[in-house]
Amino acid sequence: MSPRDRGTRWAFVAAGVLVAAAALGPWLAPYAPDAIDLAARRAAPSPGHLFGTDDLGRDLFTRVLHGARVSLAIGILAAALSVALGAGVGAVAAWTGRWADAVLMRLADAILAVPRLPLLMIASVILRPGVGTLVLLVAAVSWMETARVVRAEVRSLVRQGFVEAARAVGAGPVRSMIRHVLPGIVPTLAVAITLAVGRSILLESALSFFGVGVQPPAASWGNMLYQAQSTMATEPWLALFPGLSILLTVLIVNALGERLARDDASPGSRHVA
Amino acid sequence: MLTTVLRRVGQGVPVMLLVSVLVFALLHAAPGGPLAVYLENPGVRPEDIERLRRALGLDQSLPTQYARWLAAFVQGDWGFSLSDGRPVATRMLERLPATLELAGASLVVALLAAVPAGIAAAVRRGRWFDRAAGVLALAGVSLPVFWFGLVLQLTIAIGLGWLPSSGRSAAFGGGLADRVSHLVLPAIVLAAVHAAAWSRYLRASMIGVLSRRFITAAAARGIPRGRILLRHALRNAAGPLLAVVILDAALVVSGAVVTESVFAWPGLGALFTEALSRRDYPVLMAFLMVTSVAVITLNLAADLAHRALDPRLRG
Repeated sequence: MSPRDRGTRWAFVAAGVLVAAAALGPWLAPYAPDAIDLAARRAAPSPGHLFGTDDLGRDLFTRVLHGARVSLAIGILAAALSVALGAGVGAVAAWTGRWADAVLMRLADAILAVPRLPLLMIASVILRPGVGTLVLLVAAVSWMETARVVRAEVRSLVRQGFVEAARAVGAGPVRSMIRHVLPGIVPTLAVAITLAVGRSILLESALSFFGVGVQPPAASWGNMLYQAQSTMATEPWLALFPGLSILLTVLIVNALGERLARDDASPGSRHVA
Repeated sequence: MLTTVLRRVGQGVPVMLLVSVLVFALLHAAPGGPLAVYLENPGVRPEDIERLRRALGLDQSLPTQYARWLAAFVQGDWGFSLSDGRPVATRMLERLPATLELAGASLVVALLAAVPAGIAAAVRRGRWFDRAAGVLALAGVSLPVFWFGLVLQLTIAIGLGWLPSSGRSAAFGGGLADRVSHLVLPAIVLAAVHAAAWSRYLRASMIGVLSRRFITAAAARGIPRGRILLRHALRNAAGPLLAVVILDAALVVSGAVVTESVFAWPGLGALFTEALSRRDYPVLMAFLMVTSVAVITLNLAADLAHRALDPRLRG
């Protein structure tokens, strides 16, 4: 999966900058995230406060940088977990076939049929999740697409001779799966994780926007928008910048996912990974 | 054909049952169960809660409760709303027209944007229009819907004053023009994500169809290009697109919850967020059940319609 064209390289660079900005946020930020400056309340964007300030005079640029850590961490963790879960379910379904396959796939159908956001909103209201539980919840409703794709790929791989050969010389199911099937589905998993990051960030931000996701004083982009709603007409920058951050982040991640998917489809790339 | 129909329906029923178990389990996972609202209210006496518990059958075993709830649900008895005591089914029915109006309008908007864009991008594959449409589509699927709604409200409704910022009509009735002007912004917001995804999907399937030999043959017979595109290529690419449109039904429900809440559109989505803030569990349960069953039914219908229309899938 070497970056083979300019577009892919740019997508990787952009994603790198994003992760670096989130990781180095506290050192890059010009202020402390909860530093109250009553003299500069509700200030419009200016050289001193790039993104303006909120009703307590807190610097919005600083808070957006800190929010990036929460939003990205939830997005990446939930994506990794959902893809791991999906790959596990898909592999088990494909390998065992018959009953377990039917039950697992009908379960996937069932969760796919329930509208995701309302389901998560109810679960959040009931469980009042912290950040860790939020990651679990998002992953719990996001593994099904990966499970379907992985199931299909594993079935077609298992039918090819090399897996059968491995089994014939005495490799157990777990070993055959890890040594012989897993390398074949790595490109698929890479694409799935990348796209899942974008989707998870959107889900978390929507939950937080409704006030049932990340709770203040922790700042995620979604709950900054939740707070900005009431003063949107007079201080539009409070709504503008957190939303732009979500859009830009998800855009970069999706662009990367699209590139990876396209590169994967090109001939000769499959065995490189 | 009949066996196919029966087999697909046979697959749909267990999925619906699984959904009902999930929904039931979720709502009973709440601390205090469906009576949580009353437990938190100091004005409600413990003996009243006990009486309610018995009246609602909550003192029985979970399987019994589930069986009773499911039997009642199937018969259209969805219980009573905790916030105003009216039947849940009545409350949902009165909100349905507004949601159907919004969803219908956004379907029209999404297709009006996606179909021409998808065809043009396929015809000019790799050229500037295709690339621009690709970037725009990527932005579209990356949009946080609620934020897009806020931005349109800020700029077009509040800033420019061209359209109303919320609601379904002016306070005192209003004519057709008034209704349409209220509908425009929410319909665009709900349509954006789908227009983006569908245009790319149609582009891909048009490119596939346009490379087939019957298209070359049609061109060789001297059939005009526009006619080939619309009558020959689009007809073949439209089937798969229709399937994708229907498969996105679950996404539309999530989108409607967000859009209706941002624009104060008095539909089912807004009813859901109201019920959520009041912990109105009967309404929440019915909402999840009804929308999921609708999604499963639509998927089933799309699958069967696809089979009926495409001779290659028969047999």
